[in-house]
Amino acid sequence: MNSIGEGLWQAARLVATLNPDLVEITALSLRVSLGATVVASCIGLPLGAWLAVNRFPARRFVIAILNALMGLPPVVVGLIVYVLFSRSGPLGVLGLLFTPTAMVIAQVIIITPIIASVAHQAIRDLWADYHDLLISLQATRLQRIKTLLWDGRRALMTASLAGFGRAIGEVGAIMIVGGNIDHATRVLTTAIALETGKGEFDMALALGFVLIGLAILVNLGLHFISRTERGARW
Amino acid sequence: MSGWVSLSGVTVRRRGRTILGPLDATLNGGGLTILMGPNGAGKTTLLRVLHGLERVNTGDVHWTDPKDADGRSQGFVFQTPVLMRRSVLDCIAYPLLLDGVSRTQAREQARAHAAEVGLTVNLDQAVTFLSGGEKQKMALARALMRRPRILFLDEPCANLDGRSVKEIEEILHRIKAGGTRILMSTHDMGQARRLADDVLFLHAGKLVEQSNGDDFFRSPRTAEAKAYLKGEILL
Repeated sequence: MNSIGEGLWQAARLVATLNPDLVEITALSLRVSLGATVVASCIGLPLGAWLAVNRFPARRFVIAILNALMGLPPVVVGLIVYVLFSRSGPLGVLGLLFTPTAMVIAQVIIITPIIASVAHQAIRDLWADYHDLLISLQATRLQRIKTLLWDGRRALMTASLAGFGRAIGEVGAIMIVGGNIDHATRVLTTAIALETGKGEFDMALALGFVLIGLAILVNLGLHFISRTERGARW
Repeated sequence: MSGWVSLSGVTVRRRGRTILGPLDATLNGGGLTILMGPNGAGKTTLLRVLHGLERVNTGDVHWTDPKDADGRSQGFVFQTPVLMRRSVLDCIAYPLLLDGVSRTQAREQARAHAAEVGLTVNLDQAVTFLSGGEKQKMALARALMRRPRILFLDEPCANLDGRSVKEIEEILHRIKAGGTRILMSTHDMGQARRLADDVLFLHAGKLVEQSNGDDFFRSPRTAEAKAYLKGEILL
């Protein structure tokens, strides 16, 4: 209990004094996780909508695989990305290992199935409502997907936020591909792991509270921007 | 006899059960044709087949004028209006947006159509906040956006109160007067009497009787139609 109280106090102090190290790793955490969320949303949302609207022989299999990939172990993803981008790996020539870009790539792999799967569920329900109307109005396949993505944007935002939640709290993969290098690839989660390893529990908890606060702030901000829960208007 | 659409040997089967047909019919009327029959008679399926929402297992649907066959020259109003997650105005404007019309223009025309069907609510509110009658008027306005040559209505007044029914009927009279052919299913005998220029009476997926509205209600020819008009339960 003492550590938790001390951690909260330290967190408040770090935030109040705008501690430069904290600002740096928080900014990098945001950059990596938001970047990964944007890229994964660009892939996952249309993929989810496409799976909801189209019928093809292996559809159920693809959906089952997508759902299974939601539980992709981050450490394994990190390891695969590490092997791909290591100097002797097939993509080693790009020199991306131990950079924020490699961290983004690893997180995109982890969260795309989550975003696509949640989006698929949401769009499938909306498609059931809209099916007859869109067929009746002879909307093209592309128009159907665009309409479903637009009208389902609130549920899709939830899908993206679920992905962001997973990304911002992820540590295994980015630790492997980022290396937790000070002033280069250190983010909140890897810093927490480091402080815990050093036995600095107060600092680790302080960073943990900052991380929780950050996740809540981003969620609230997006809900505010998208005006959810204002029933009388869409 | 050539009409605007003919069906020959049309059957629709779902899950091993024949829900429509075999059906042969020619629709001649230029006004408002009412589809009548008990639940499960095939009214909705017939409307959906004509609009291309339902595939037929056997048979043919032949449109005399190819322009009528184009889904874009047809409008469809569902029994339960499809409520898009948009404002009332954007819901009505939607068909024109699909046609590539600018949002401003589409909304302008949607406003005119809303007025045409007597929808006098705040058009910027979410469509879910409309009453049952208003939702159906919204659906009608949306179906009319492309100025359809043929309008299909699937029990549009089911679950509406008398006042809303009257308003919808007045709108249908105006649409008919504008030259649009209307094919509408209903269970409401009174409404059928008030609106029908022609009647198609279906029972158990088959066309049992087809006649002029006045003749159908004055002197139905078949035992099923007679029983139905008397309010007896058809099995």
